[in-house]
Amino acid sequence: MTKILVVTSGKGGVGKTTTSASIATGLAQRGNKVAVIDFDVGLRNLDLIMGVERRVVYDFVNVINGEANLHQALIKDKRVEGLYVLAASQTKDKDALTEEGVKKVLEDLKADGFDYIVCDSPAGIEKGAQLAMHFADEAIVVSNPEVSSVRDSDRMLGLLASKSHRAINNLGAIKQHLLVTRYSPVRAEAGEMMSVEDMLEILAVPLLGVIPESHAVLNASNAGQPVIMDMESDAGQAYEDAVARLLGEDRPLRFMTAEKKGLFSRLFGK
Amino acid sequence: MADSTDTAFQLKGRMLTLMVFELHNPNIVQLAMKLKEHMAQAPNLFKNTPLAVDLSPLQDGFKVVDFPALVSLLDNHGLTVVGVIGGNEQQRTAAARARLALFPDKPGRSSADKVESKAAAEPAAAAAEPASPAATDIVMRQPVRAGQQVYARGGDLIVEAAVNEGAEVVADGDIHIYGPLRGRAMAGARGRGDARIWCGSLDAELVSINGMYRTRDDLDPALLGKPAVIEIQNEKMIIRALG
Repeated sequence: MTKILVVTSGKGGVGKTTTSASIATGLAQRGNKVAVIDFDVGLRNLDLIMGVERRVVYDFVNVINGEANLHQALIKDKRVEGLYVLAASQTKDKDALTEEGVKKVLEDLKADGFDYIVCDSPAGIEKGAQLAMHFADEAIVVSNPEVSSVRDSDRMLGLLASKSHRAINNLGAIKQHLLVTRYSPVRAEAGEMMSVEDMLEILAVPLLGVIPESHAVLNASNAGQPVIMDMESDAGQAYEDAVARLLGEDRPLRFMTAEKKGLFSRLFGK
Repeated sequence: MADSTDTAFQLKGRMLTLMVFELHNPNIVQLAMKLKEHMAQAPNLFKNTPLAVDLSPLQDGFKVVDFPALVSLLDNHGLTVVGVIGGNEQQRTAAARARLALFPDKPGRSSADKVESKAAAEPAAAAAEPASPAATDIVMRQPVRAGQQVYARGGDLIVEAAVNEGAEVVADGDIHIYGPLRGRAMAGARGRGDARIWCGSLDAELVSINGMYRTRDDLDPALLGKPAVIEIQNEKMIIRALG
């Protein structure tokens, strides 16, 4: 059974692509066959974060338009077995995506025996974002601990509950998860950021994880390596926890208090 | 008495409110007497009010309605008849001849409701809409989220979870919110001054009943975050803590 995950947020710059890359990589590291698709047509980023930007020949839109077949467009990751990237087109615009086209690609991936398809949604609530979530079975809503991001996430959760394929066809609700990113325990304690409790109270969906604000994330994207592969880093470990929880494991939250973070930076010497 | 539908609609902000006048007996003389009594009891009740005449309570015995006389009688009491609801073909033809709008069907609640609390659609929308279904209460088990709008047409709205910031809940009747109200809530949307809003925690962007409203800035800070009920008393919006 193929599971389709969408990573979405409404707001831009909160860490959707970082999350898509790390979740997809983490799932593949655990022996799953995973495809991660960049739905941000025209502003592709996932290929950079995954470090495959120099190997893109055909993209998602080429496949939809029948200009290439799926196997030509899927880029196999060289580090993790079973991980494939489908890049977005840089030259086309969002209208290049159609519901039928997306459906066809997802069906083909299912037929190919993929265990997980991770859809990296563009920001906003326009067509690209709607298509990214349309066929999802589960959604990871990424939110930063600040008011505008939480409100946009709330909007996204509402759309997931009403506009998705599952919702429209009464196939049961999409399983929703909240992933808090760029969390700074120091700033939350100082009251400069929303606390995770406040976010959960408003959004009322189960917490998949809390990713601390970390230099490792920027370093990882510069290096074209999903941050989950940097297991020395707090962010990498937090993503690893999130993947474990996604697969049903019970893991306590880490990196949630200022003291703990201090301890870790001491342990790992930053 | 001056009357103008513009004045009445301005009171309602986004929603235009329309009274429904249930006609049980079309005898103009008897109506005139009853109206006079009614106005004596509550002189301001019908001041400057647009009105739709509901013909459905008319018994079979009363087939003919003298619309020009009815319109002028109600006009004398400050009521402007804009159209009719229900009625048979003959009555509706007569109403059309008197230049009254024909509403497709009887909207709102059962005829057991009091005349003065009767809900009706705003004229333009109602004219274009298909026949409205019977009164429906809506129960929401999930949070109402930013960008979502829920409207309990002709009924009450019950939300078992939160109404979040950026969400809008509207009911022609009452609104019950068991979680926090952080968004906008509008009860009595089509003209019911006795509608109320209950919420588990008051943190609203806006609350409105029958067109009267308060924004977040106008809420008493002492009530914020507390369970509260919002109602209209003596044409004033009252917000009080529950329990």
